[in-house]
Amino acid sequence: MERLKTIEDFGALQNRIVSDRDPSIPVIVISAGTCGQASGANDLIRVTKREILAKGLAEKIHLRITGCHGFCQAEPSVLIEPRGTFYPRLGIKEMTRIVEAAARGDVLQELLWRDPKTRKRVEKQSDIPFFQSQTRTILSRNEKVDPIRICNYIENRGYSSLVRVLEKGDPRRVVEEVKASGLRGRGGAGFPTGRKWELLAKQPNGRGKFLVCNADEGDPGAYMDRSVLEGNPHSIIEGMLIGAYGTGATAGIVYVRTEYPLAIKHLVIALRQARELGLLGENILETGFSFDIEMVKGAGAFVCGEETALMRSVEGRIGEPRQRPPYPVEKGIDGKPTAINNVETWANIPIIITSGAGEFAKIGTPQNTGTKIFSLVGKVKNTGLVEVPMGITVGEIVHDIGGGPSGRAEIKAVQTGGPSGGCIPTSMFDLPIDYESLTKAGSIMGSGGMIVMDENTCMVDIAKYFMQFLKDESCGKCFTCRKGTQRMWEILDDISKGRGTPEMLDLLEELALVVRDTSMCGLGQTASNPVLSTLRYFRDEYLTHVERKFCPAMVCRDLFTYRVIAEKCTGCALCVKVCPTGAITGPRKEPHNLDLSKCIKCRACYDVCKFEAIAGDAIIIVPAK
Amino acid sequence: MVTLTINGLPVTVEEGTTLLEAARFLGFPIPTLCHLDGLTPYGACRLCVVEIGEDSKARLVTSCTFPAQNGLKVRTASSRVVRARKMILELLLASCPQSKIIQDLASAYEVHQQRFRQEYEDCILCGLCVRMCEEQMMAKAIGFRGRGEKRSIGTPFDVHSEVCRLCGGCMYVCPACQLRCTYNQPEKAICGSCANLSPPCLEKKPFDDMMCYMDPCVACEIQERPRRIKE
Repeated sequence: MERLKTIEDFGALQNRIVSDRDPSIPVIVISAGTCGQASGANDLIRVTKREILAKGLAEKIHLRITGCHGFCQAEPSVLIEPRGTFYPRLGIKEMTRIVEAAARGDVLQELLWRDPKTRKRVEKQSDIPFFQSQTRTILSRNEKVDPIRICNYIENRGYSSLVRVLEKGDPRRVVEEVKASGLRGRGGAGFPTGRKWELLAKQPNGRGKFLVCNADEGDPGAYMDRSVLEGNPHSIIEGMLIGAYGTGATAGIVYVRTEYPLAIKHLVIALRQARELGLLGENILETGFSFDIEMVKGAGAFVCGEETALMRSVEGRIGEPRQRPPYPVEKGIDGKPTAINNVETWANIPIIITSGAGEFAKIGTPQNTGTKIFSLVGKVKNTGLVEVPMGITVGEIVHDIGGGPSGRAEIKAVQTGGPSGGCIPTSMFDLPIDYESLTKAGSIMGSGGMIVMDENTCMVDIAKYFMQFLKDESCGKCFTCRKGTQRMWEILDDISKGRGTPEMLDLLEELALVVRDTSMCGLGQTASNPVLSTLRYFRDEYLTHVERKFCPAMVCRDLFTYRVIAEKCTGCALCVKVCPTGAITGPRKEPHNLDLSKCIKCRACYDVCKFEAIAGDAIIIVPAK
Repeated sequence: MVTLTINGLPVTVEEGTTLLEAARFLGFPIPTLCHLDGLTPYGACRLCVVEIGEDSKARLVTSCTFPAQNGLKVRTASSRVVRARKMILELLLASCPQSKIIQDLASAYEVHQQRFRQEYEDCILCGLCVRMCEEQMMAKAIGFRGRGEKRSIGTPFDVHSEVCRLCGGCMYVCPACQLRCTYNQPEKAICGSCANLSPPCLEKKPFDDMMCYMDPCVACEIQERPRRIKE
């Protein structure tokens, strides 16, 4: 494509792209982010292209390949525009039929999504409960944009915000607008973005200033940033360009984790296309404004998501955090002023400029404006990425959007904020989701991971799992963080294996508080959250582990065993059929035998007796001793 | 010049002075392990933490690295600080009970027992040896490797160092164990030099009043020839 020379050139290009498209022609939108591709979206793409060519439907129907839309439970999924028809979980045969039907304008009822509560088929995506309760400011753009086609982005008003900012020619207005919007950093700490930019803009020009997009996203189970990078990389580029214009930054860096190959690929393509078009680089659109972005890949360390460790990593040194003050805006990469923001924060910037700070601030609550994308995973029916206004309650997300528990067991808690976060019990599900409320409840917003847990989750095991992650990822400099996470894991391991004592619970709490107080960086300071929050809300589970040496959720394998009650057993042999190791034996009509040496404690026999057998309680789970 | 308050007492210091220096100037005792005058402060052991700020904003920071700021309110022995120090000492005893420096510190702050699983490590990763080698001896032979549990100190890729001059500085400053020289276990050496088997004392004739700067290294003790050991 030819390089755009002036703002008028851009306007002309945008008009031409928009007028070239015929909005009446239906479009098949296939979501092919990492999750989509893993579930088989590539087959659907191949089949669709083949059908369109073979049946000569190129004038009648178009294909758009996008990133993740968010309803990962239903992938590989397809959306038909402009009707808004949603087809979940498709196979190759079904796709073939859909291509033809969509070209005709027909809907295949039997392939639509079925509401598990009403048992009725729902055609439009906007009528599906999962989507209805969301406010999809950012994620909806993933549906409209093919990430590796810059023209697609421009067609959807992409880069219009940048052009508007350049036309106005007032860098200070940019910072004022972001401040007025109330946008807070979406990386987890929630520092007001406008204030950070104001501090950066105040720094003297001349030596160089950096803008960084933190795309390290190390939290296990969190992939919001991945979906934005894969599905709409240009939104990040545009956001950083706007930020650079407002703060006087001279160079941009996107620090992306190596474990996101698709995001890296799309970002590289997007950067190249933006440069080719002249929207990135020297003298952009003849305004005298120059800014370029380079990509730096991470090397597998969770701690490098911490901003000072990230800067060290960019400089080529070991990713070890350092003390603040001095803050990065004063002394950052190579000693130069640097502002680091999360991917989602950057994605919000073009939206703020386009709709205006006032409109943006209408969503959410006064101190917590805008939307937040959460990755809703765990024991809930509808898993995926959900974008909700700040202030929505935990219960609304879990039940209205998530659809309630995925299995027979009741929901027990929700873990927010990843390994640095805490658990919120069901009794507190009317808690609004905002930075302050979550911190007061003993958790954190974090980057937006939300793990739903049910009665079959052991909270001691959860604390141990996160402690294992943190002790592996601690950089090791601070003695209390390194040794503290190790020792906390040791104690949790002892408790989960039946070696716990009530004194250990006190020691665990004491140690957790000291680790929080004395660690230098966020990793250590929040490492205690899983332990402290589970002790706070689920102390009874810990007590059962140490006093009765029993795991009530039946997860800690050393703490329970199975027994068959001969008097209650009717000999129906359902358990014999489901046992994978042949540990339960016995002829029909006679009480069955359980050989514990073969038992792997998989619960299959217990579940089938409880829910399907006549006896119902012939198999019981008891403490191991 | 910067004026701040430590334990209620005002003190004026030059800009760039750390809270540790300011507190010691006033005579307040603050324990340290990974700090040594002459080496840049590192902030690894966390023993020197003090409380700054007020009410809900109060937090603990390492006094050895935190620069004095105008109007700062510092408390060197608040209950939060003392609680932290005691726990850190327990953790230190649980890892490195054989170190006299750690034993003395524990005794001074009335920590007489530790409640964790006992380990016997010979390195607490304080980084004094690394900084000594780099900043005072200008050799940079050893450094940190790895992360978390796997963090250790040694030469790059454990290759025998060509820049180590056997000065013994690393052993001199080590608080965890003064037996850093591992002559009889060369695989545990941090500089690999002992595998060379040429500490100076082996080459010289035994002297009554020889002051071996590598004292106490085990090289002399495992000598075959009889040697009068300095009492």
